[in-house]
Amino acid sequence: MDRKDHADIASGRLSAQQLAQNFDDVAPPLDRQNALIAAQRCYYCYDAPCIQACPTGIDIPSFIRRITTDNLRGAAQDILGANVLGGMCARVCPTEILCEGSCVRNTGESEPVQIGALQRYATDWVFDSNTALFERAAATGKRVAVVGAGPAGLSCAHALARAGHDVVIFDAKPRPGGLNEYGIAEYKVLDFAAREIDWLLSLGGIRWEGARTLGDDLHLSELRRDYDAVFLGLGLTGVNALGIEGEALAGVRNAVDFIADLRQCPDLSKLPVGRRVVVIGGGNTAIDAAVQSKKLGAESVTLVYRRGSASMSATWAEQEFAKTQGVSVIEWAQPRRILGDGAVAGIEFEYTQLDDSGRLLGSGDYFTLAADSVLKAIGQTLIAPRANGDGSAVIEIRNGRIAVNAEFETSVRGVWAGGDCVGGKVDLTVQSVEDGKRAARAMHARLSGNGTAEN
Amino acid sequence: MADLRNNFVGVRSPNPFWLASAPPTDKAYNVIRAFEAGWGGVVWKTLGLDPHVVNVSSRYGAVQWNGQRIAGLNNIELITDRPLKVNLDEIRQVKRDWPDRAMIVSLMVPCDEQSWKTILPMVEDTGCDAVELNFGCPHGMSERGMGSAVGQVPEYVEQVARWVKQHSRLPCIVKLTPNITDIRHSARAAYRGGADAVSLINTINSIVSVDLDLMAPTPTVDGKGTHGGYCGPAVKPIAMNMVAEIARDPETPNLPISAIGGIGTWRDAAEFMALGAGNVQVCTAAMHYGFRIVDDMIAGLANWMDQKGYRTLEDFRGLAVPNVTDWKYLNLNYDIKARIDQDKCIKCGLCHIACEDTAHQAILKEKDGKRHFEVVDSECVGCNLCMHVCPVDNCITMQRVDNGSYANWTTHPNNPARVKETA
Ligand SMILES: Cc1cc2nc3c(=O)[nH]c(=O)nc-3n(C[C@H](O)[C@H](O)[C@H](O)COP(=O)(O)OP(=O)(O)OC[C@H]3O[C@@H](n4cnc5c(N)ncnc54)[C@H](O)[C@@H]3O)c2cc1C
Ligand SMILES: Cc1cc2nc3c(=O)[nH]c(=O)nc-3n(C[C@H](O)[C@H](O)[C@H](O)COP(=O)(O)O)c2cc1C
Ligand code: SF4
Repeated sequence: MDRKDHADIASGRLSAQQLAQNFDDVAPPLDRQNALIAAQRCYYCYDAPCIQACPTGIDIPSFIRRITTDNLRGAAQDILGANVLGGMCARVCPTEILCEGSCVRNTGESEPVQIGALQRYATDWVFDSNTALFERAAATGKRVAVVGAGPAGLSCAHALARAGHDVVIFDAKPRPGGLNEYGIAEYKVLDFAAREIDWLLSLGGIRWEGARTLGDDLHLSELRRDYDAVFLGLGLTGVNALGIEGEALAGVRNAVDFIADLRQCPDLSKLPVGRRVVVIGGGNTAIDAAVQSKKLGAESVTLVYRRGSASMSATWAEQEFAKTQGVSVIEWAQPRRILGDGAVAGIEFEYTQLDDSGRLLGSGDYFTLAADSVLKAIGQTLIAPRANGDGSAVIEIRNGRIAVNAEFETSVRGVWAGGDCVGGKVDLTVQSVEDGKRAARAMHARLSGNGTAEN
Repeated sequence: MADLRNNFVGVRSPNPFWLASAPPTDKAYNVIRAFEAGWGGVVWKTLGLDPHVVNVSSRYGAVQWNGQRIAGLNNIELITDRPLKVNLDEIRQVKRDWPDRAMIVSLMVPCDEQSWKTILPMVEDTGCDAVELNFGCPHGMSERGMGSAVGQVPEYVEQVARWVKQHSRLPCIVKLTPNITDIRHSARAAYRGGADAVSLINTINSIVSVDLDLMAPTPTVDGKGTHGGYCGPAVKPIAMNMVAEIARDPETPNLPISAIGGIGTWRDAAEFMALGAGNVQVCTAAMHYGFRIVDDMIAGLANWMDQKGYRTLEDFRGLAVPNVTDWKYLNLNYDIKARIDQDKCIKCGLCHIACEDTAHQAILKEKDGKRHFEVVDSECVGCNLCMHVCPVDNCITMQRVDNGSYANWTTHPNNPARVKETA
């Protein structure tokens, strides 16, 4: 490898016009005619499998039927009543493994009803017109603190505010939304995250306090003292390291940081991207970092994953999408060394294989990829000490996540948690919304002096 | 190779597909295009005495069903809005240029003998093959004492048919309005008056939709609407029943029928002809898709006839008539049960909820804790509802389970008027 003082990471690789085209809506909205055609494919199944497959249990056949009768308000009520971030979910849910994956139309025709697109059709108008669909119940006088303004926190806050409680949302970041605002791929959401939150907060009863970090300038003991209930929707803000030589070289970054910069960048022609990008990992983050690098004008983007595609947490549809965007994928290879002198020049991989007992082993075969930029996406972690900051009460952590009971209450009474920081099922937006909703139900029951979570 | 040639009351055409009297047959330009496309004949848009009528702007309303654009069409047009002479000249020229096609002229004049005496010789002079008396138009003309105002009174139908047979040598087809309670009365009247045939149905009185912003029926003419005539696929079942009723009425034996109403495919035509129609007429389907649809009607009917071994139209015409009977003669011992093909089942649950909510609670939705749909024979009455709601072809079929015996209502113990069996 040649010695380089700095890697070839530069902005303005593409014209503003090309960038605008690349980052346009990846799945443009349906117009009325196409929505009706799509909606009419729904059989209106009884006790439909798609409802079971939706973590938030949206009554999908019902909202689709309402679309066919031009009852869009009713359709939106179905959706947002079950999932207050139904607009975001319509854009980001991996529907191929959720609702659409269980559509009975797959059996005969391998072509499910376009539930995600219809969900967007039914809800877009709500945010475009900022129409109120929900009202708050009479004030209860109870105060609730929510830490973390991601999907889990927002969902919990909205449900509690609807129930008449006064909610304050704290978040370390300057803007609310969590990964909706800082993580999800730009071409899936465009400016939607902020519009959705404006709508959600317009319910009233929710105060937003940005740039407040639990463990720094905010402490659990104070929250427990000052509020009647606390919810933690902290997400996973730590990042796994590769733990190999060369990780500190210039040009080696966490993929989530690259994506957060991208999401916050007002002018993508000013955003630097490597000429030859290598992404390490096999999840959403890896796919999104790879695709967006390509869309920013990287000459080559290679995604390297240490196992086979079936083990990737990114769905097959996301993997296919990355390939159509020009991302090369190499499976069964793990990084061994990042090469370079000052700045990254390349990365050495070893091929892997499984032994008889299913353990991953290096094969002893090596290869090197030239790289100007290495993006690491091998998993996010909970920063537990933050949650437990002042040691006033210690929240139990289990398998790297906050331990909760069936009603999402942590080991500390009066403190609930949900979303990625709990990690019960899948780390998805929609699951976090459901966690927040369920926790809110339990919190409301407690605040109403009613022991059970049922309402 | 099937022979599609048609002879209807002596009028010959290369196939049994005629265009019904309506905008498609409004003038020479359309009719020539229709003949070029292959239509066997036309019934020219209804003529009247001058001065000709005028039409309004905004004439059609339509029913959309599940994305299908024209499940039913409704119109508030009147008869031809061109001078009589223009029409007659065109009819004469087209018939001369297309001698092998059927040219029928539809007529509607006031209900007095003089009017008919005036118009019939003029029509005969064009060289056309027959006349069709439009007693059906449900709007506009009936308010002037014509159209369905005549068709709804059997005595008028009979009288006019008689005048026409007296003052013309042309075959006379009486077009019936469905806006009556029992179609057989009109058909019998036409038969008594000496008509050579009946054609049916004309359009059905209807309001197809209400514009909830304008708060007026559609089509809306400057804020107001009126009832129109309904036609298209939605009316076919109604038309078929009326055709069958006439075909099996002993009081109108062998009365030729030209069937109209919702016909758009060869299969529709075959069904009407199986119920006794001598040929068919088409309007809405042509208005929806253009004249080219006759192509598949011709090829499809010929292929089906070849497959079935029918050489001529007469070989299958009326074959279903003996099987149209009264309810009281149906076999009460006949017993069928629904069968769900588990390999085809996509588990939508529609059969279950239909039977559970609205039929006989005969379909289980679960087996061993899993989603699974199965019929409970002891509860199933064989109504077929599940078969119709199932979205998968041939997934639910009906299987006969009785022993083949026969018994009907006329002798059933629950029938107070039963025919007592001789002791
Ligand atoms: C790059 C990327 C792409 C993804 N794409 C998809 C996708 O397409 N579809 C999908 O369904 N899912 C996707 N996911 C997953 C999805 O974004 C998460 O599952 C979801 O956002 C989790 O919601 P959450 O509320 O638990 O946490 P987050 O969205 O992570 O929000 C947590 C919030 O808590 C705040 N916080 C954390 N610690 C503190 C503290 N100590 N004090 C104050 N505030 C704190 C954070 O600042 C953040 O705002 C993606 C994830 C990533 C990383
Ligand atoms: C716009 C329109 C105008 C019609 N005008 C006449 C007419 O002038 N004379 C007539 O006998 N029938 C008229 N009809 C009725 C048709 O000839 C035909 O009987 C009816 O449409 C049913 O057939 P269909 O379902 O194929 O359309 C008209 C129908 C339509 C749609
Ligand atoms: S045929 Fe009728 S009664 Fe029998 S299972 Fe089907 S719906 Fe139920």
